[in-house]
Amino acid sequence: MKNKKSLLHSISAAPHIFWAVLFIVVPLIIVIFYAFTVQNPDGSYTFSFSNIASLPDYISIFGLSLELSVIATAVCLVVGYPLAYIMARSKPKTQKILVMLLMLPMWTNLLIRTYSLMAILDNNGILNQLLGTSFQIVGTKGAVIFGMVYDFLPYMVLPIYTCLSKIDKYMWEAAADLGCDTPKTLVKVILPLSRSGIISGVTMVLVPSIRTFSISQKLGGGTFELIGDTIERQFVTGALNVGAAISLVMMVLILISLTIMNKFGDSEDGGIIV
Amino acid sequence: MAKLIELVGISKSYDGEKVIDSMNLYIRDKEFITLLGPSGCGKTTTLRIIGGFETADEGKLYFDGVEISDVPAHKRQVNTVFQKYALFPHLNVYENIAFPLRLKKVKENEIRERVTEMLKMVALVGFENKSVSTLSGGQQQRVAIARALISHPRVLLLDEPLGALDLKLRKDMQVELKNIQQAIGITFVYVTHDQEEALSMSDTVVVMADGEIQQIGTPTDIYNEPKNAFVADFIGESNIVDGVMLADKKVRFASHTFDCVDGGYAKNEAVDVVVRPEDIDVVSPEAGMLTGLVTSVTFKGVHYEIIVDIKGFKWMIQSTDYVAPEATIGIYIEPDAIHIMKKSKYSGMFGDYSSFSDEIDQLSDADTAEEF
Repeated sequence: MKNKKSLLHSISAAPHIFWAVLFIVVPLIIVIFYAFTVQNPDGSYTFSFSNIASLPDYISIFGLSLELSVIATAVCLVVGYPLAYIMARSKPKTQKILVMLLMLPMWTNLLIRTYSLMAILDNNGILNQLLGTSFQIVGTKGAVIFGMVYDFLPYMVLPIYTCLSKIDKYMWEAAADLGCDTPKTLVKVILPLSRSGIISGVTMVLVPSIRTFSISQKLGGGTFELIGDTIERQFVTGALNVGAAISLVMMVLILISLTIMNKFGDSEDGGIIV
Repeated sequence: MAKLIELVGISKSYDGEKVIDSMNLYIRDKEFITLLGPSGCGKTTTLRIIGGFETADEGKLYFDGVEISDVPAHKRQVNTVFQKYALFPHLNVYENIAFPLRLKKVKENEIRERVTEMLKMVALVGFENKSVSTLSGGQQQRVAIARALISHPRVLLLDEPLGALDLKLRKDMQVELKNIQQAIGITFVYVTHDQEEALSMSDTVVVMADGEIQQIGTPTDIYNEPKNAFVADFIGESNIVDGVMLADKKVRFASHTFDCVDGGYAKNEAVDVVVRPEDIDVVSPEAGMLTGLVTSVTFKGVHYEIIVDIKGFKWMIQSTDYVAPEATIGIYIEPDAIHIMKKSKYSGMFGDYSSFSDEIDQLSDADTAEEF
């Protein structure tokens, strides 16, 4: 590697660095600033730990967020892995169509998808009308989890599919040759080889579901408050400092869990870099 | 030696194109047999059918007298060394080799014992805990061999296993593979496009082309008594000329009547005549049976490669004596250096060195190396 960077290199990197500083570093500093200050009546800020100290009040909300998002992630994995497997094992042409079908919903706005899910699951919604019943679905934990799974499933399937489709066909043949029937090949060879895809998928589903607020608001029917909702409420009601403190702690927790997950991932390839 | 594997009328097509055409072949117990042929001749497909990775469209496959045409790969007493090794990247060297034993739930101390024994055999002691991705090609190859042999298969299938190694290492591994085969005394079925590799390692060579077996025999048979122009050309260098059998042990080619040792042909039957370049003696024009003009001389180390134009047909001669280009020389051929073959569909396609070039040879070699 050359130590001296060319002028061209510096010039071409400049916009990206500017972008990163303006939209990542600066907001991060602002969040940290708000998290550790309180606003005085005269509009000035003083340093304080009181925001952080108030966080234990939100532990139960955080616990609920964690519970729902972990369940949603687990469901995504159980549903997504076989789907990714089927995709990776189908003919190249079929694979293209399946990827397309999987991506298609992602082109629609998440809020709109959630609203339509609401219309389907509502007490007087399409599902209940079809069945001629009036089950309460919206407002249950199940509905929120279903919403998360529905919205984030592609993020589980795609990295696992990518990982599986990269596995050499000789791996299958070698496993069979050495005495594995199909289930054993899957457990002993294919599953371990797709670990990095699983870790990416879990990360990409767990993180957005833990911080979501739109899904819980729409499908939770106002009965649930998840940590995303709490943060949103703080900001909407002007309690910027507490909101910032919760966000900051969330960020730190996510960072820690990602680091731990990446430790389990392959060091050579795959996984997402924190 | 008893027949261990038998292929009866095996055919296989891909997308309507016949890769193997009603093939019959038996493989004896404990022999080193090589399927030899150019790219696309069906040798790898044959191996994959024996391994259970492909199913034949027609025909039957027997193992030790029992039909196994529909037995899945994991239930066959056959293991494979793949061209690309196919080691499991998530396991280290030890676990890769132990993999088949772990499947069979063999006891831990027995696993340790057998893996250690295998590591000794392939000279990889001390590599147990290394990740397979850090090994060189030759080392990966050895792990693949150890992994394939640890469950004591009756047959080891090897699909161009040395293709990715450099020349020096390839030679060493040839010797080593042969030693391993003799030490453990099982059947090796080896696939290669490298004729030299086939000749030096095998008990039996099966020459294949266009999905058909051209000749089966020992390396010496194949070299000395090629059955048709394809085999003669593919194995070693050959001058192949059109000839006519005048009578038993009398053949006429290049407007000269030669004594030979072959017989049993019809009177005046058109035949292919093979003369190996190393069997031709260079003599003075007066003493020669044939005379010609030297068009090129290449120094090859052990010998000179001389191309001689004799009545428009370019002959190749390998001689340790130097002759000058543009010189007129005579050539002399002993009766037992002349090999007569029946005409086949390959007649006239090979054996003339007028368009001969080393470069083209190497290009086609590189081509076949791509095949898997």
